[in-house]
Amino acid sequence: MRRFLAGLLLLVAIHAGGDARAEAGEYLTREAFLEAALATAEPASDVVWLDEALRNRAADILGHDPGMLRARYWYAAGRTAWVFDEIGKERPITMGVVIENGTIRDFRVLTFRESRGWEIRYAFFTRQFDGLGLDRDGELDATIDSISGATLSVRAARRVANLALVFDDVARRTNTEIASAR
Amino acid sequence: MRLHRAIVPLALLFALPVQAQTPSLEEVWAIVQQQQREIDALKQQLATAEAELAEADRQIEATGDYVESLSVSTAVESATHIGGYGEVHYNNLDADDSANDLDQVDFHRFVLFFGHDFTDKVRFFSELELEHSLAGDGAPGEVELEQAYVEFLLSDTLSAKTGLFLLPIGLLNETHEPPTFYGVERNSVESVIIPSTWWEAGAALTGHNDAGLSWDLALHSGLAMPTSGGSAFRVRSGRQKVAEALASDPAVTARVGYTGIPGLSVAASVQYQSDPSQVAGDGLDSGLLFETHAAYSVGGFSLTGLYARWEFDGTAVEAAGADTQTGWYVEPSYRIATDGRWGFYGRYEDVEGARTQDQYSQWELGFNYWPIDDVVLKFDWRSRDHAVSAESGRDFDGFDLGVGYQF
Repeated sequence: MRRFLAGLLLLVAIHAGGDARAEAGEYLTREAFLEAALATAEPASDVVWLDEALRNRAADILGHDPGMLRARYWYAAGRTAWVFDEIGKERPITMGVVIENGTIRDFRVLTFRESRGWEIRYAFFTRQFDGLGLDRDGELDATIDSISGATLSVRAARRVANLALVFDDVARRTNTEIASAR
Repeated sequence: MRLHRAIVPLALLFALPVQAQTPSLEEVWAIVQQQQREIDALKQQLATAEAELAEADRQIEATGDYVESLSVSTAVESATHIGGYGEVHYNNLDADDSANDLDQVDFHRFVLFFGHDFTDKVRFFSELELEHSLAGDGAPGEVELEQAYVEFLLSDTLSAKTGLFLLPIGLLNETHEPPTFYGVERNSVESVIIPSTWWEAGAALTGHNDAGLSWDLALHSGLAMPTSGGSAFRVRSGRQKVAEALASDPAVTARVGYTGIPGLSVAASVQYQSDPSQVAGDGLDSGLLFETHAAYSVGGFSLTGLYARWEFDGTAVEAAGADTQTGWYVEPSYRIATDGRWGFYGRYEDVEGARTQDQYSQWELGFNYWPIDDVVLKFDWRSRDHAVSAESGRDFDGFDLGVGYQF
């Protein structure tokens, strides 16, 4: 027991200082995500303003008020990229969604702060979102398999994917430059 | 400016018939000069309007940024977290011996979570529970501290915790919020064989990788199982609940798990206790628990199975025939895919605990209805059949109703 505790204390001491530059649980900065998603370091940006109808739609998807006046997005070469925070159990998870032609091209977890549900940050989970769009009811057009013990984080990811697709649809109807921007 | 715009063409209109049909060069020049002045004025007006519009845009963006920063600071930056869950049960069971009938309603669990992030990498988590609604002398319930630990995030894939924490064994022990499982009452295997909810004090390491593999290693306080009386060698009676607990003989628990395929969860745990009674020479010398489970979901279908087995060494426990205690269950279920609000399940379980009343098989059928994700209404029907004929008076059929929530 003493050896175990000594080893544990040593590990904690070694890592306690850690890398103070990055937030714990941050795997991808927003800038790196956008550059990878849109193949440009300085993508064009715009916002979707949430009128009453869109706010209600967002609240239906999230199960709570969206807590935003507008949703910022970045775009280039026909793609849009969105970054949202959504709480799984207790802490916000920062997720990025890339959309092209009305379907998800890439889904990434940028920062994961929850104590359970770590699985959703990895590709074996997030690749389930590739190619998903909206069905006629405005919901994801395929099911996302859950992970035992990570149900709340999986739900948060589903909500964000759904929200990004709905906002992308609005953005493309109001911003004609999305298809042509480089 | 609008007046000028109207006057010029009107002047031309009235002027032309009065004067010669073709204006003179001077008149044309005057008109051109007048129009140029109009154009210059319009340009100036447009530039002013564009500047004002840009300023308005900037102010709107700044207002939006500020308002959103207020909501973000509330949602993201709050360092203290509060949550909880609870469940009310109604049991209506008809036993072969009517003395064992059950017709009662009980607020079984009322739980509050409190957590605090000291820093990004050091955080606290706790769970405080009131069982059976009323605690105190002669009351049926208890107030229990089920979790209270400090966690250190050592890296993106490694963390350590120390304090009082739930042991990494089984499906329910760490994740038992009512909306996450079927059945009003928890399954028997994870009560009789794995004494969930099971917490101990100690220290633990947890790691995982990008393939979906995870592991846990914990050194912690152990059981203090009775070796005599009606609950002799009953695992559940050995929980000390970290209440001035005997700590002369610690235990170690290890778990490996795999969740690398969405919908699939597989894990196995082993626990070793050098003396599960904490008393030397009493005929209960050591204990080894092995548990494994798998859960797989595809579409709305799920299949879950769990097996657990204790092996105890010692002359007294062997003489009592309680040296091997096992349990397993299998649970198929279907959650209606269209809206996911209804889920139906069946469960068969078999337990062989130390006491004869803990040796039985049980069939269970029921459903969950989730009006929203975090609230569940439950119904089930159960039929229990004991292995020992002397306990047949405890055999029962009956139904349970429940409501649960989490936040």
